[in-house]
Amino acid sequence: MFANTLIMAVREIRRNVLRSGLTVLGIIIGVAAVIIIVTLGAGTTQQVGSEISKMGSNMLTLMPGGDMRMGGAAMQAPLFGMGDVEALQRELVGVAAIAPYTQRSAQVVIGNENRRATVVGTTSDISVVRNWKVTEGRLFTLSEERAGKTVCIIGATIRKEMLEGQEPLGATVRVGKISCEIIGVLEAKGQVMFGGDQDLLVVLPLRTYQRRLGGSDKTAQIFMSGDTQDSLADLKAQVIQIMRQRRRIAEDERSDFNVMDMTEVSNVMQSTIGVMTTFLSAIAAVSLLVGGIGIMNIMLVSVTERTREIGIRLAIGATGREVMLQFLVEAALLSAFGGLVGITLGLGGAAGIAPAINVPFVFKPLTLVQAFAFSAAVGVVFGFMPARRAARLNPIEALRHE
Amino acid sequence: MNVMNGGMQREPATGPLVAFEQVYKIYGHGESEVRALDGIDLQINAGEFVAVMGPSGSGKSTSMNILGCLDKPTAGRYLFKGTDVTSLNSEQLAMLRRHYLGFVFQGFNLLARTTALENLEIPLIYQRIEKAKRRAMAREALRVVGLEARENHTPAELSGGQQQRVAIARAIVTNPSLLLADEPTGNLDSARSHEIMQLLTTLNRERGLTVVLVTHEDDIAAYAQRRIDFRDGKIVRETRASRAGAA
Ligand SMILES: Nc1ncnc2c1ncn2[C@@H]1O[C@H](COP(=O)(O)OP(=O)(O)O)[C@@H](O)[C@H]1O
Ligand SMILES: [Mg+2]
Repeated sequence: MFANTLIMAVREIRRNVLRSGLTVLGIIIGVAAVIIIVTLGAGTTQQVGSEISKMGSNMLTLMPGGDMRMGGAAMQAPLFGMGDVEALQRELVGVAAIAPYTQRSAQVVIGNENRRATVVGTTSDISVVRNWKVTEGRLFTLSEERAGKTVCIIGATIRKEMLEGQEPLGATVRVGKISCEIIGVLEAKGQVMFGGDQDLLVVLPLRTYQRRLGGSDKTAQIFMSGDTQDSLADLKAQVIQIMRQRRRIAEDERSDFNVMDMTEVSNVMQSTIGVMTTFLSAIAAVSLLVGGIGIMNIMLVSVTERTREIGIRLAIGATGREVMLQFLVEAALLSAFGGLVGITLGLGGAAGIAPAINVPFVFKPLTLVQAFAFSAAVGVVFGFMPARRAARLNPIEALRHE
Repeated sequence: MNVMNGGMQREPATGPLVAFEQVYKIYGHGESEVRALDGIDLQINAGEFVAVMGPSGSGKSTSMNILGCLDKPTAGRYLFKGTDVTSLNSEQLAMLRRHYLGFVFQGFNLLARTTALENLEIPLIYQRIEKAKRRAMAREALRVVGLEARENHTPAELSGGQQQRVAIARAIVTNPSLLLADEPTGNLDSARSHEIMQLLTTLNRERGLTVVLVTHEDDIAAYAQRRIDFRDGKIVRETRASRAGAA
């Protein structure tokens, strides 16, 4: 009985290719959207994970903030001074390197080339903490850092795009109002997700930055790396204790700074991405719902349009149940087919978009199975009402229908 | 009689094939009451060829619908091969239609955009007959109506007379006990009408198919062995022809 119903349903669908196509358009779009979002979401999550582990997993970041009492005086959390850096250097046990770090965006000029770039002030310890390497030239010397010399290290993009075919070492760069000499070129770190270029960068000794560019002797962040991954929690506790002491924060008061380790950052980012993926998927699922309603709508129209056909079938000896089953099978076949097309388009779309936004293409079979099952279910659920209406038609009236 | 089992076989005609006993069909209530059938008694034996006549609104179609188990009487009994059909549920009625009844309509009522062969296969699909046998039966029925060369034509590609012949083929492909034809020639010209009537006469004579046919025209009714005249929901006259097939 089911096989026969299937035959008739398939015949009926093939007889009306255009109508069938329009019926499933909503499902196709909905499924494709869900597949694209979920696939790119998974790719982004994976990308974030690998980028963070590249940064060095035994890294701590000390940054301002923490106490966000509304209207309180602590809204603007204080930055860190050089005294803080020295104290940490002096007192921390089990630390491999400490690098103060501050940055802003500024106009960078080399010859006739002019770009807006990130300008960073830091010390050469950054190469240890953040795993930065120079491919040409060298890092800052201690004396250059102490004296606040106008020397700089440039990122790979500046090297490639602003110094094409020229010798970078010894060339002069104008950063804001200061001129400095290039002493090194950083290894390319690659594009970050969604297009930000991590290599469009000029690095100055921190003191040079503070005096000539930043206008203060503060630093926004302090990076630290532990001797081992295991000691990170201990190191974090030490940092908190030292900073609270230095800032004279009472027992019952909250800190006005944050110490983050990369696992936390990674967790926060991944859960953010997860929330975003879920949210976007929900929006896409709404379009699946709309697709389902589209199927119901067209099936209802189709029941009216095919009233006479239904009358003929009933007169010939079909039972109401068989008519109902035929309409249900038609709806389920249509939407399952729409699901398949949507999955194909979605995978194709995701495979096309992923490289454009620098995210790996992550294939998740379970999602495909779910999308397919869901779209078939949409057909059954939304096909039910029209199918029941068809089955309940009075054969005499149906036959009289024009 | 077991309604549910295949039932291609014909039982020996001990009683009438179908019988109405005081059948009423009443629409509406009180002032607006319409007695479409007003106490009909009727018996039709297997192998008969019956023409039902009467003015418009006299209850011809209503009685055909009841005979065809598409409708139920308001009161009275309808016996099909001795079984009271009025007590059956809609599934059982569908089984009766599937196995014992064939319909031919004025408007042909073939499925659009469906080939002649596929149209003939539909009742066989509902009978769960497997594909090869289904095809063979459909082709044989097309041959009987002389349209074996048109099996892949859709209704739009066939003339009215050809469509009605396909419809007759669809009605007889299941080898039913009773063929009901409500004004089958109403949409056809005179020559085509007589072709259809000759086909029905042949089926009646050679296969013993019981035919009940509604018509307005005397020369169409003349093909039948027996003529029943309706008026206001009542049978007003019954005539038996000495010989069938006037033309
Ligand atoms: N569904 C219905 N509702 C109300 N009246 C009906 C209905 N069907 C038929 N009738 C009435 O029953 C009478 C018989 O109709 P019908 O059997 O179709 O006549 P005909 O002899 O022309 O085929 C007519 O008066 C018609 O108006
Ligand atoms: Mg009528």
